[in-house]
Amino acid sequence: MKILVAVKRVIDYNVQIRVKEDGTGVVTDNVKMSTNPPDDNAIEEAVKIKESGKANEVVAVSVGEEKAQETVRKALAVGADRGILVKTDSIVEPLAVSKILKKIVEKEKPDLVFMGKQAIDDDCNQTGQMLAALLNWPQATFASKIEVKDKSLEVTREVDEGLETLEVNIPAIVTCDLRLNEPRYASLPNIMKAKKKPIEQLSASDLGVDTKPRIEQIKVEEPPKRKAGIKVASVEELVQKLKNDAKVI
Amino acid sequence: MSVLIISEHNNKELKPFTLNAITAASKVDEDVHVLVLGSNSDSVAKSVSEIPNVKKVIHINNPVYENYLAENYTSAIIKLSEDYSHIMCSANTFGKNLMPRVAALLDVSQVSDITKVISDDTFLRPIYAGNAFATVKSSDKVKCVTIRPTSFDPAPTSGGSAEIQLGEAGDSTELSKFLKKEEIKSDRPELGTARVVISGGRGMQSGENFKLITAVADKLNAAIGASRAAVDAGYITNDHQVGQTGKVVVPDLYIAVGISGAIQHLAGMKESKVIVAINKDGEAPIFSVADYGLEADLFDALPKFLEELNKLNTIQK
Repeated sequence: MKILVAVKRVIDYNVQIRVKEDGTGVVTDNVKMSTNPPDDNAIEEAVKIKESGKANEVVAVSVGEEKAQETVRKALAVGADRGILVKTDSIVEPLAVSKILKKIVEKEKPDLVFMGKQAIDDDCNQTGQMLAALLNWPQATFASKIEVKDKSLEVTREVDEGLETLEVNIPAIVTCDLRLNEPRYASLPNIMKAKKKPIEQLSASDLGVDTKPRIEQIKVEEPPKRKAGIKVASVEELVQKLKNDAKVI
Repeated sequence: MSVLIISEHNNKELKPFTLNAITAASKVDEDVHVLVLGSNSDSVAKSVSEIPNVKKVIHINNPVYENYLAENYTSAIIKLSEDYSHIMCSANTFGKNLMPRVAALLDVSQVSDITKVISDDTFLRPIYAGNAFATVKSSDKVKCVTIRPTSFDPAPTSGGSAEIQLGEAGDSTELSKFLKKEEIKSDRPELGTARVVISGGRGMQSGENFKLITAVADKLNAAIGASRAAVDAGYITNDHQVGQTGKVVVPDLYIAVGISGAIQHLAGMKESKVIVAINKDGEAPIFSVADYGLEADLFDALPKFLEELNKLNTIQK
Protein backbone atom coordinates (compact mmCIF):
# COMPACT_ATOMS: atom_id res chain seq x y z
CA MET A 1 0.00 0.00 0.00
CA LYS A 2 1.18 3.48 -0.86
CA ILE A 3 0.31 6.62 1.08
CA LEU A 4 0.57 10.12 -0.34
CA VAL A 5 0.77 12.89 2.24
CA ALA A 6 0.23 16.55 1.35
CA VAL A 7 2.14 19.10 3.42
CA LYS A 8 1.97 22.90 3.38
CA ARG A 9 4.55 25.49 4.36
CA VAL A 10 2.99 28.15 6.57
CA ILE A 11 4.03 30.84 9.04
CA ASP A 12 5.03 29.07 12.26
CA TYR A 13 2.15 28.74 14.70
CA ASN A 14 4.02 30.61 17.43
CA VAL A 15 4.64 33.72 15.34
CA GLN A 16 2.54 36.78 16.13
CA ILE A 17 1.05 37.77 12.77
CA ARG A 18 1.58 41.32 11.50
CA VAL A 19 -0.67 42.81 8.83
CA LYS A 20 1.12 44.76 6.08
CA GLU A 21 0.50 48.49 6.25
CA ASP A 22 -0.76 48.64 2.67
CA GLY A 23 -3.44 46.04 3.45
CA THR A 24 -2.26 43.55 0.83
CA GLY A 25 -1.62 40.69 3.22
CA VAL A 26 0.48 39.73 6.21
CA VAL A 27 4.23 40.15 6.65
CA THR A 28 6.07 36.98 5.59
CA ASP A 29 9.61 38.35 5.02
CA ASN A 30 12.06 37.17 7.70
CA VAL A 31 9.30 35.31 9.48
CA LYS A 32 9.83 31.75 10.74
CA MET A 33 8.08 29.22 8.51
CA SER A 34 7.14 25.63 9.46
CA THR A 35 5.05 22.71 8.36
CA ASN A 36 1.33 23.30 8.91
CA PRO A 37 0.84 21.57 12.32
CA PRO A 38 -1.85 18.98 11.42
CA ASP A 39 0.19 18.05 8.32
CA ASP A 40 2.85 16.83 10.77
CA ASN A 41 0.18 14.53 12.22
CA ALA A 42 -0.63 13.31 8.70
CA ILE A 43 3.01 12.42 8.00
CA GLU A 44 3.37 10.78 11.40
CA GLU A 45 0.32 8.59 10.83
CA ALA A 46 1.50 7.51 7.39
CA VAL A 47 4.94 6.63 8.72
CA LYS A 48 3.40 4.69 11.63
CA ILE A 49 1.26 2.69 9.21
CA LYS A 50 4.36 1.93 7.15
CA GLU A 51 6.25 0.88 10.29
CA SER A 52 3.39 -1.47 11.19
CA GLY A 53 3.94 -3.22 7.86
CA LYS A 54 0.63 -2.18 6.34
CA ALA A 55 2.16 0.25 3.84
CA ASN A 56 5.35 0.07 1.87
CA GLU A 57 5.83 3.60 0.64
CA VAL A 58 5.12 7.10 1.92
CA VAL A 59 5.38 9.98 -0.56
CA ALA A 60 5.28 13.60 0.63
CA VAL A 61 3.98 16.29 -1.72
CA SER A 62 3.85 20.04 -1.33
CA VAL A 63 2.43 22.75 -3.56
CA GLY A 64 4.08 26.13 -3.19
CA GLU A 65 7.12 28.26 -3.80
CA GLU A 66 10.66 26.90 -4.13
CA LYS A 67 11.22 27.11 -0.38
CA ALA A 68 8.41 24.63 0.26
CA GLN A 69 11.15 22.13 -0.53
CA GLU A 70 12.20 22.54 3.12
CA THR A 71 8.78 21.32 4.19
CA VAL A 72 9.04 18.27 1.95
CA ARG A 73 12.57 17.66 3.27
CA LYS A 74 11.28 17.75 6.83
CA ALA A 75 8.70 15.08 5.94
CA LEU A 76 11.53 12.97 4.49
CA ALA A 77 13.48 13.39 7.72
CA VAL A 78 10.67 11.88 9.79
CA GLY A 79 10.18 8.89 7.53
CA ALA A 80 8.67 9.69 4.14
CA ASP A 81 10.51 7.83 1.37
CA ARG A 82 10.52 10.45 -1.34
CA GLY A 83 9.11 13.85 -2.13
CA ILE A 84 7.37 15.86 -4.83
CA LEU A 85 7.31 19.64 -5.02
CA VAL A 86 4.84 21.31 -7.33
CA LYS A 87 6.10 24.85 -7.78
CA THR A 88 3.78 27.83 -8.03
CA ASP A 89 4.63 31.50 -7.72
CA SER A 90 1.46 33.05 -6.45
CA ILE A 91 -1.09 32.16 -3.78
CA VAL A 92 -2.90 29.02 -4.87
CA GLU A 93 -6.48 28.53 -3.71
CA PRO A 94 -7.54 25.18 -2.25
CA LEU A 95 -9.54 24.39 -5.41
CA ALA A 96 -6.40 24.69 -7.55
CA VAL A 97 -4.32 22.76 -4.98
CA SER A 98 -6.84 19.94 -5.08
CA LYS A 99 -6.68 19.89 -8.90
CA ILE A 100 -2.88 19.69 -8.72
CA LEU A 101 -3.09 16.90 -6.14
CA LYS A 102 -5.54 15.05 -8.35
CA LYS A 103 -2.92 15.03 -11.13
CA ILE A 104 -0.33 13.74 -8.66
CA VAL A 105 -2.73 11.00 -7.50
CA GLU A 106 -3.33 9.93 -11.11
CA LYS A 107 0.42 9.71 -11.61
CA GLU A 108 1.40 8.09 -8.31
CA LYS A 109 -1.71 5.93 -7.80
CA PRO A 110 -1.61 5.92 -3.99
CA ASP A 111 -4.14 3.92 -1.96
CA LEU A 112 -4.54 6.63 0.64
CA VAL A 113 -4.05 10.38 0.73
CA PHE A 114 -3.51 12.05 4.11
CA MET A 115 -3.24 15.74 4.94
CA GLY A 116 -3.96 18.12 7.81
CA LYS A 117 -7.58 19.08 8.29
CA GLN A 118 -6.90 22.78 7.93
CA ALA A 119 -4.00 25.09 7.12
CA ILE A 120 -3.41 27.61 9.87
CA ASP A 121 -2.69 30.46 7.43
CA ASP A 122 -5.84 30.82 5.33
CA ASP A 123 -7.93 28.62 7.71
CA CYS A 124 -9.93 27.39 4.69
CA ASN A 125 -10.39 23.71 5.62
CA GLN A 126 -11.19 22.69 2.03
CA THR A 127 -8.42 20.87 0.17
CA GLY A 128 -8.96 17.29 1.38
CA GLN A 129 -12.70 17.35 0.82
CA MET A 130 -12.23 18.94 -2.63
CA LEU A 131 -9.68 16.32 -3.65
CA ALA A 132 -12.03 13.57 -2.50
CA ALA A 133 -14.81 15.09 -4.63
CA LEU A 134 -12.64 15.41 -7.74
CA LEU A 135 -11.44 11.81 -7.44
CA ASN A 136 -14.87 10.53 -6.36
CA TRP A 137 -13.21 8.94 -3.33
CA PRO A 138 -14.73 8.72 0.13
CA GLN A 139 -13.56 11.24 2.70
CA ALA A 140 -12.94 11.01 6.41
CA THR A 141 -12.25 14.46 7.79
CA PHE A 142 -10.95 15.59 11.22
CA ALA A 143 -9.61 12.11 12.03
CA SER A 144 -8.43 11.41 15.56
CA LYS A 145 -8.03 7.65 15.10
CA ILE A 146 -7.36 5.53 12.00
CA GLU A 147 -7.58 1.74 11.88
CA VAL A 148 -6.39 0.09 8.70
CA LYS A 149 -8.57 -2.89 7.72
CA ASP A 150 -8.28 -5.16 4.75
CA LYS A 151 -9.95 -3.03 2.10
CA SER A 152 -11.14 -0.14 4.21
CA LEU A 153 -10.30 2.24 7.02
CA GLU A 154 -12.21 2.72 10.22
CA VAL A 155 -11.85 6.37 11.10
CA THR A 156 -12.93 8.17 14.26
CA ARG A 157 -13.73 11.79 13.55
CA GLU A 158 -13.83 14.76 15.89
CA VAL A 159 -17.25 16.37 15.43
CA ASP A 160 -19.10 19.10 17.35
CA GLU A 161 -21.18 16.67 19.40
CA GLY A 162 -18.33 14.30 20.26
CA LEU A 163 -16.93 11.48 18.14
CA GLU A 164 -18.18 9.81 15.00
CA THR A 165 -16.87 6.63 13.38
CA LEU A 166 -16.99 5.96 9.65
CA GLU A 167 -15.85 3.08 7.52
CA VAL A 168 -14.40 4.27 4.21
CA ASN A 169 -13.32 2.04 1.36
CA ILE A 170 -9.75 2.27 0.11
CA PRO A 171 -8.78 4.39 -1.83
CA ALA A 172 -9.73 7.21 0.51
CA ILE A 173 -8.80 10.70 1.65
CA VAL A 174 -8.25 11.35 5.34
CA THR A 175 -7.77 14.80 6.86
CA CYS A 176 -6.02 14.68 10.20
CA ASP A 177 -6.79 16.33 13.51
CA LEU A 178 -4.05 17.39 15.92
CA ARG A 179 -5.22 14.70 18.31
CA LEU A 180 -4.48 11.84 15.91
CA ASN A 181 -0.97 11.23 17.22
CA GLU A 182 2.17 12.85 18.63
CA PRO A 183 4.48 13.78 15.72
CA ARG A 184 8.06 12.68 16.24
CA TYR A 185 11.10 14.89 15.96
CA ALA A 186 13.62 14.21 13.24
CA SER A 187 16.91 12.83 14.56
CA LEU A 188 20.15 14.28 13.23
CA PRO A 189 21.12 11.08 11.35
CA ASN A 190 17.68 11.03 9.75
CA ILE A 191 17.97 14.69 8.76
CA MET A 192 21.29 13.82 7.07
CA LYS A 193 19.75 10.80 5.37
CA ALA A 194 16.79 12.89 4.18
CA LYS A 195 19.18 15.08 2.22
CA LYS A 196 19.86 12.12 -0.06
CA LYS A 197 16.22 11.21 -0.60
CA PRO A 198 14.87 12.31 -3.99
CA ILE A 199 12.49 15.25 -4.44
CA GLU A 200 10.89 15.46 -7.86
CA GLN A 201 10.20 19.02 -8.98
CA LEU A 202 7.23 19.89 -11.15
CA SER A 203 5.27 23.02 -11.91
CA ALA A 204 1.52 23.56 -11.95
CA SER A 205 1.70 24.33 -15.68
CA ASP A 206 3.57 21.04 -16.33
CA LEU A 207 0.51 19.36 -14.89
CA GLY A 208 -1.85 21.50 -16.98
CA VAL A 209 -3.66 23.00 -14.01
CA ASP A 210 -4.99 26.54 -14.18
CA THR A 211 -4.17 28.16 -10.83
CA LYS A 212 -5.66 31.58 -11.57
CA PRO A 213 -7.44 32.76 -8.39
CA ARG A 214 -11.23 32.91 -8.43
CA ILE A 215 -11.33 34.94 -5.24
CA GLU A 216 -9.97 38.45 -5.18
CA GLN A 217 -8.47 39.50 -1.87
CA ILE A 218 -9.55 43.13 -1.65
CA LYS A 219 -7.83 43.97 1.60
CA VAL A 220 -6.41 42.48 4.75
CA GLU A 221 -6.74 44.35 8.01
CA GLU A 222 -6.00 43.97 11.69
CA PRO A 223 -8.78 42.63 13.88
CA PRO A 224 -10.54 45.27 15.98
CA LYS A 225 -8.45 45.89 19.08
CA ARG A 226 -9.89 45.09 22.49
CA LYS A 227 -9.68 47.97 24.88
CA ALA A 228 -7.18 47.37 27.64
CA GLY A 229 -8.58 45.57 30.65
CA ILE A 230 -7.73 45.92 34.32
CA LYS A 231 -6.26 43.67 36.95
CA VAL A 232 -8.43 43.13 39.97
CA ALA A 233 -6.92 42.57 43.40
CA SER A 234 -9.38 40.03 44.78
CA VAL A 235 -12.24 37.69 43.98
CA GLU A 236 -14.60 40.07 45.81
CA GLU A 237 -13.58 42.91 43.52
CA LEU A 238 -13.98 40.67 40.46
CA VAL A 239 -17.53 39.68 41.36
CA GLN A 240 -18.45 43.29 42.18
CA LYS A 241 -17.09 44.47 38.78
CA LEU A 242 -18.92 41.72 36.89
CA LYS A 243 -22.15 42.53 38.71
CA ASN A 244 -22.09 46.34 38.74
CA ASP A 245 -19.80 47.52 35.92
CA ALA A 246 -19.99 44.83 33.24
CA LYS A 247 -23.50 43.75 34.35
CA VAL A 248 -23.01 40.21 33.05
CA ILE A 249 -23.93 38.20 36.15
CA MET B 1 -31.49 34.19 -7.99
CA SER B 2 -31.91 32.44 -4.68
CA VAL B 3 -29.86 31.13 -1.79
CA LEU B 4 -29.90 27.47 -0.85
CA ILE B 5 -29.15 26.72 2.80
CA ILE B 6 -28.17 23.19 3.74
CA SER B 7 -29.77 22.43 7.10
CA GLU B 8 -28.19 20.42 9.89
CA HIS B 9 -30.50 18.31 12.03
CA ASN B 10 -30.87 14.93 13.72
CA ASN B 11 -34.10 13.95 11.86
CA LYS B 12 -36.15 15.28 14.76
CA GLU B 13 -34.88 18.77 15.44
CA LEU B 14 -33.06 21.45 13.53
CA LYS B 15 -29.58 22.19 14.90
CA PRO B 16 -29.37 25.82 16.06
CA PHE B 17 -26.49 26.93 13.79
CA THR B 18 -28.73 26.53 10.74
CA LEU B 19 -30.66 29.52 12.12
CA ASN B 20 -27.51 31.64 12.06
CA ALA B 21 -26.84 30.53 8.49
CA ILE B 22 -30.37 31.57 7.50
CA THR B 23 -29.74 35.06 8.89
CA ALA B 24 -26.51 35.31 6.88
CA ALA B 25 -28.35 34.10 3.76
CA SER B 26 -31.04 36.75 4.24
CA LYS B 27 -28.32 39.40 3.97
CA VAL B 28 -27.36 38.04 0.54
CA ASP B 29 -30.82 37.64 -0.96
CA GLU B 30 -34.39 37.60 0.34
CA ASP B 31 -35.26 34.40 -1.50
CA VAL B 32 -33.90 31.88 0.99
CA HIS B 33 -34.63 28.19 0.43
CA VAL B 34 -33.64 25.50 2.91
CA LEU B 35 -32.80 21.93 1.99
CA VAL B 36 -33.71 19.25 4.53
CA LEU B 37 -32.09 15.92 3.70
CA GLY B 38 -33.27 13.34 6.18
CA SER B 39 -35.10 10.17 7.01
CA ASN B 40 -38.41 10.34 8.92
CA SER B 41 -37.64 14.01 9.16
CA ASP B 42 -41.07 15.60 8.67
CA SER B 43 -40.84 17.45 11.97
CA VAL B 44 -37.63 19.14 10.83
CA ALA B 45 -39.14 20.24 7.51
CA LYS B 46 -42.17 21.58 9.35
CA SER B 47 -40.15 23.57 11.86
CA VAL B 48 -38.02 25.05 9.05
CA SER B 49 -41.19 26.10 7.19
CA GLU B 50 -42.18 28.18 10.23
CA ILE B 51 -39.02 30.32 10.07
CA PRO B 52 -40.20 33.67 8.70
CA ASN B 53 -37.04 34.32 6.62
CA VAL B 54 -37.46 31.06 4.72
CA LYS B 55 -39.38 31.24 1.40
CA LYS B 56 -39.30 27.56 0.51
CA VAL B 57 -38.33 24.25 2.11
CA ILE B 58 -37.06 21.43 -0.09
CA HIS B 59 -37.57 18.22 1.80
CA ILE B 60 -35.93 15.02 0.62
CA ASN B 61 -36.98 12.20 2.89
CA ASN B 62 -35.12 8.97 2.20
CA PRO B 63 -33.48 6.27 4.36
CA VAL B 64 -30.19 7.13 2.62
CA TYR B 65 -30.09 10.28 4.75
CA GLU B 66 -30.66 8.66 8.10
CA ASN B 67 -27.07 9.45 8.95
CA TYR B 68 -25.19 12.38 7.53
CA LEU B 69 -22.50 11.45 5.01
CA ALA B 70 -20.93 14.23 2.93
CA GLU B 71 -20.86 11.94 -0.13
CA ASN B 72 -24.65 11.39 -0.06
CA TYR B 73 -25.52 14.97 0.79
CA THR B 74 -23.33 16.27 -2.03
CA SER B 75 -25.01 14.38 -4.85
CA ALA B 76 -28.44 15.65 -3.77
CA ILE B 77 -27.19 19.24 -3.50
CA ILE B 78 -25.49 19.15 -6.92
CA LYS B 79 -28.80 18.11 -8.51
CA LEU B 80 -30.47 21.22 -7.12
CA SER B 81 -27.58 23.64 -7.59
CA GLU B 82 -28.58 25.02 -11.01
CA ASP B 83 -31.38 27.06 -9.54
CA TYR B 84 -29.21 28.90 -7.04
CA SER B 85 -26.73 31.76 -7.00
CA HIS B 86 -25.48 30.86 -3.52
CA ILE B 87 -25.17 27.66 -1.52
CA MET B 88 -24.54 28.28 2.16
CA CYS B 89 -24.27 26.48 5.49
CA SER B 90 -22.66 26.86 8.87
CA ALA B 91 -18.89 26.54 9.29
CA ASN B 92 -19.03 23.97 12.06
CA THR B 93 -17.84 20.38 11.61
CA PHE B 94 -21.03 19.66 9.62
CA GLY B 95 -20.54 22.40 7.02
CA LYS B 96 -16.74 22.25 6.93
CA ASN B 97 -16.98 18.60 5.99
CA LEU B 98 -19.67 19.12 3.35
CA MET B 99 -19.28 22.39 1.46
CA PRO B 100 -15.84 21.86 -0.15
CA ARG B 101 -17.08 18.59 -1.64
CA VAL B 102 -19.99 20.47 -3.22
CA ALA B 103 -17.83 23.40 -4.34
CA ALA B 104 -15.21 21.23 -6.04
CA LEU B 105 -17.82 19.41 -8.12
CA LEU B 106 -19.26 22.76 -9.19
CA ASP B 107 -15.72 24.00 -9.94
CA VAL B 108 -16.17 26.78 -7.42
CA SER B 109 -13.58 28.29 -5.11
CA GLN B 110 -15.31 28.24 -1.72
CA VAL B 111 -15.39 31.17 0.71
CA SER B 112 -15.00 29.67 4.20
CA ASP B 113 -16.13 30.86 7.60
CA ILE B 114 -17.38 34.36 6.80
CA THR B 115 -18.14 36.77 9.64
CA LYS B 116 -19.88 39.44 7.54
CA VAL B 117 -21.79 39.74 4.27
CA ILE B 118 -20.57 42.92 2.54
CA SER B 119 -22.47 42.34 -0.71
CA ASP B 120 -23.73 39.32 -2.62
CA ASP B 121 -20.20 38.52 -3.82
CA THR B 122 -18.00 40.14 -1.15
CA PHE B 123 -17.45 38.83 2.34
CA LEU B 124 -15.30 39.36 5.42
CA ARG B 125 -13.49 36.37 6.89
CA PRO B 126 -10.86 35.80 9.56
CA ILE B 127 -7.48 34.34 8.58
CA TYR B 128 -4.47 33.35 10.69
CA ALA B 129 -6.66 32.31 13.63
CA GLY B 130 -8.44 35.65 13.62
CA ASN B 131 -5.21 37.67 13.80
CA ALA B 132 -6.16 39.27 10.48
CA PHE B 133 -9.38 39.78 8.54
CA ALA B 134 -9.60 39.51 4.77
CA THR B 135 -12.23 41.12 2.57
CA VAL B 136 -12.69 38.76 -0.36
CA LYS B 137 -14.69 38.91 -3.57
CA SER B 138 -15.75 35.74 -5.35
CA SER B 139 -15.86 35.72 -9.15
CA ASP B 140 -17.49 32.29 -9.45
CA LYS B 141 -20.97 32.08 -10.93
CA VAL B 142 -22.25 30.15 -7.95
CA LYS B 143 -20.97 31.14 -4.52
CA CYS B 144 -20.31 28.36 -2.03
CA VAL B 145 -20.05 30.00 1.37
CA THR B 146 -19.80 28.75 4.94
CA ILE B 147 -20.65 31.17 7.73
CA ARG B 148 -19.25 31.51 11.23
CA PRO B 149 -22.37 30.89 13.32
CA THR B 150 -21.40 33.13 16.22
CA SER B 151 -21.10 36.13 13.90
CA PHE B 152 -24.78 36.11 12.89
CA ASP B 153 -27.87 36.20 15.11
CA PRO B 154 -30.15 33.16 14.93
CA ALA B 155 -33.22 33.70 12.74
CA PRO B 156 -36.59 33.80 14.53
CA THR B 157 -38.27 30.38 14.53
CA SER B 158 -41.99 31.11 14.35
CA GLY B 159 -44.50 33.07 12.36
CA GLY B 160 -43.60 31.83 8.87
CA SER B 161 -45.42 29.39 6.63
CA ALA B 162 -43.12 28.50 3.75
CA GLU B 163 -44.13 25.96 1.14
CA ILE B 164 -42.63 22.49 1.64
CA GLN B 165 -41.63 20.98 -1.69
CA LEU B 166 -40.71 17.30 -1.78
CA GLY B 167 -37.57 16.39 -3.70
CA GLU B 168 -35.86 13.33 -5.10
CA ALA B 169 -32.85 11.70 -3.47
CA GLY B 170 -29.47 11.85 -5.18
CA ASP B 171 -27.15 8.91 -5.80
CA SER B 172 -26.11 7.08 -2.66
CA THR B 173 -22.52 6.09 -2.02
CA GLU B 174 -21.18 2.59 -1.48
CA LEU B 175 -17.76 3.95 -0.62
CA SER B 176 -18.44 5.19 2.84
CA LYS B 177 -20.50 3.92 5.75
CA PHE B 178 -21.62 5.47 9.01
CA LEU B 179 -20.77 3.20 11.95
CA LYS B 180 -21.53 5.14 15.12
CA LYS B 181 -21.66 8.47 16.88
CA GLU B 182 -20.71 8.92 20.51
CA GLU B 183 -22.62 12.01 21.55
CA ILE B 184 -21.95 13.50 24.89
CA LYS B 185 -25.27 14.51 26.43
CA SER B 186 -25.44 17.39 28.82
CA ASP B 187 -28.12 19.42 30.58
CA ARG B 188 -25.98 22.50 30.29
CA PRO B 189 -26.35 25.17 27.62
CA GLU B 190 -24.50 24.35 24.39
CA LEU B 191 -20.97 25.66 24.26
CA GLY B 192 -21.52 27.40 20.93
CA THR B 193 -24.56 29.36 22.05
CA ALA B 194 -24.22 29.74 25.84
CA ARG B 195 -24.48 33.22 27.41
CA VAL B 196 -21.69 32.37 29.85
CA VAL B 197 -18.74 30.04 29.27
CA ILE B 198 -16.19 29.00 31.87
CA SER B 199 -13.12 27.18 30.57
CA GLY B 200 -10.27 25.35 32.20
CA GLY B 201 -6.74 24.83 30.93
CA ARG B 202 -3.64 22.91 31.80
CA GLY B 203 -3.57 24.77 35.13
CA MET B 204 -6.47 22.61 36.29
CA GLN B 205 -3.90 19.79 36.67
CA SER B 206 -6.47 16.97 36.48
CA GLY B 207 -9.90 16.00 35.23
CA GLU B 208 -11.01 15.62 38.83
CA ASN B 209 -10.26 19.30 39.48
CA PHE B 210 -12.73 20.32 36.78
CA LYS B 211 -15.39 19.88 39.49
CA LEU B 212 -14.34 23.36 40.66
CA ILE B 213 -15.27 24.66 37.20
CA THR B 214 -18.50 22.63 37.18
CA ALA B 215 -19.65 24.14 40.47
CA VAL B 216 -19.27 27.68 39.13
CA ALA B 217 -20.85 26.68 35.81
CA ASP B 218 -23.90 25.34 37.69
CA LYS B 219 -24.25 28.61 39.54
CA LEU B 220 -23.97 30.77 36.40
CA ASN B 221 -25.86 28.39 34.09
CA ALA B 222 -22.70 28.35 31.99
CA ALA B 223 -21.30 25.99 29.38
CA ILE B 224 -17.94 24.39 30.13
CA GLY B 225 -15.04 24.93 27.78
CA ALA B 226 -11.40 23.88 27.74
CA SER B 227 -8.11 24.68 26.10
CA ARG B 228 -6.52 22.19 23.74
CA ALA B 229 -3.88 21.48 26.38
CA ALA B 230 -6.57 20.36 28.83
CA VAL B 231 -8.23 18.14 26.21
CA ASP B 232 -4.91 16.64 25.10
CA ALA B 233 -4.03 15.92 28.72
CA GLY B 234 -7.28 13.95 28.99
CA TYR B 235 -8.89 16.20 31.64
CA ILE B 236 -12.03 16.64 29.55
CA THR B 237 -13.55 15.42 26.25
CA ASN B 238 -12.85 17.04 22.89
CA ASP B 239 -16.35 18.47 22.45
CA HIS B 240 -15.39 21.12 25.04
CA GLN B 241 -12.40 22.47 23.12
CA VAL B 242 -12.41 26.19 22.35
CA GLY B 243 -9.94 27.54 19.80
CA GLN B 244 -8.78 27.77 16.20
CA THR B 245 -9.38 24.10 15.57
CA GLY B 246 -12.08 23.63 18.21
CA LYS B 247 -15.18 25.72 18.71
CA VAL B 248 -15.45 29.47 18.36
CA VAL B 249 -17.53 31.02 21.13
CA VAL B 250 -18.78 34.56 21.61
CA PRO B 251 -20.58 34.56 24.99
CA ASP B 252 -21.47 37.66 27.03
CA LEU B 253 -19.05 36.40 29.66
CA TYR B 254 -16.03 34.14 29.15
CA ILE B 255 -14.05 33.02 32.18
CA ALA B 256 -10.64 31.49 31.43
CA VAL B 257 -9.20 29.57 34.36
CA GLY B 258 -5.65 28.28 34.34
CA ILE B 259 -5.36 28.97 30.62
CA SER B 260 -2.18 30.68 29.46
CA GLY B 261 -3.74 32.03 26.26
CA ALA B 262 -1.96 30.48 23.28
CA ILE B 263 -2.82 32.15 19.95
CA GLN B 264 -4.87 29.09 19.02
CA HIS B 265 -7.04 29.40 22.12
CA LEU B 266 -7.51 33.16 21.79
CA ALA B 267 -8.79 32.57 18.25
CA GLY B 268 -11.77 30.75 19.72
CA MET B 269 -12.83 33.22 22.40
CA LYS B 270 -11.41 36.69 22.02
CA GLU B 271 -14.57 38.13 20.48
CA SER B 272 -16.44 37.39 23.73
CA LYS B 273 -18.10 40.51 25.17
CA VAL B 274 -16.48 40.34 28.62
CA ILE B 275 -13.43 38.20 29.33
CA VAL B 276 -12.18 37.22 32.77
CA ALA B 277 -8.82 35.54 33.26
CA ILE B 278 -7.77 33.76 36.42
CA ASN B 279 -4.15 32.67 36.32
CA LYS B 280 -1.30 32.63 38.78
CA ASP B 281 1.21 33.68 36.11
CA GLY B 282 0.81 37.45 35.81
CA GLU B 283 2.69 37.42 32.49
CA ALA B 284 0.33 34.92 30.82
CA PRO B 285 -0.84 36.17 27.39
CA ILE B 286 -4.48 35.56 28.37
CA PHE B 287 -4.30 38.78 30.42
CA SER B 288 -3.72 40.77 27.21
CA VAL B 289 -7.30 40.05 26.07
CA ALA B 290 -8.95 40.01 29.52
CA ASP B 291 -11.25 42.81 30.65
CA TYR B 292 -10.76 41.65 34.21
CA GLY B 293 -7.62 39.79 35.18
CA LEU B 294 -7.12 38.12 38.52
CA GLU B 295 -3.60 36.97 39.28
CA ALA B 296 -4.27 34.19 41.74
CA ASP B 297 -4.01 30.47 42.40
CA LEU B 298 -7.14 29.02 40.84
CA PHE B 299 -7.50 26.47 43.64
CA ASP B 300 -8.06 29.37 46.08
CA ALA B 301 -9.86 31.65 43.66
CA LEU B 302 -12.52 29.28 42.28
CA PRO B 303 -14.03 28.24 45.66
CA LYS B 304 -13.96 31.89 46.75
CA PHE B 305 -15.59 32.93 43.47
CA LEU B 306 -18.41 30.48 44.08
CA GLU B 307 -18.78 31.73 47.65
CA GLU B 308 -19.09 35.34 46.44
CA LEU B 309 -21.60 34.33 43.77
CA ASN B 310 -23.65 32.59 46.45
CA LYS B 311 -23.83 35.88 48.37
CA LEU B 312 -25.51 37.66 45.46
CA ASN B 313 -29.27 38.09 45.68
CA THR B 314 -29.84 37.50 42.00
CA ILE B 315 -27.84 36.02 39.15
CA GLN B 316 -28.75 36.48 35.49
CA LYS B 317 -29.71 33.29 33.72
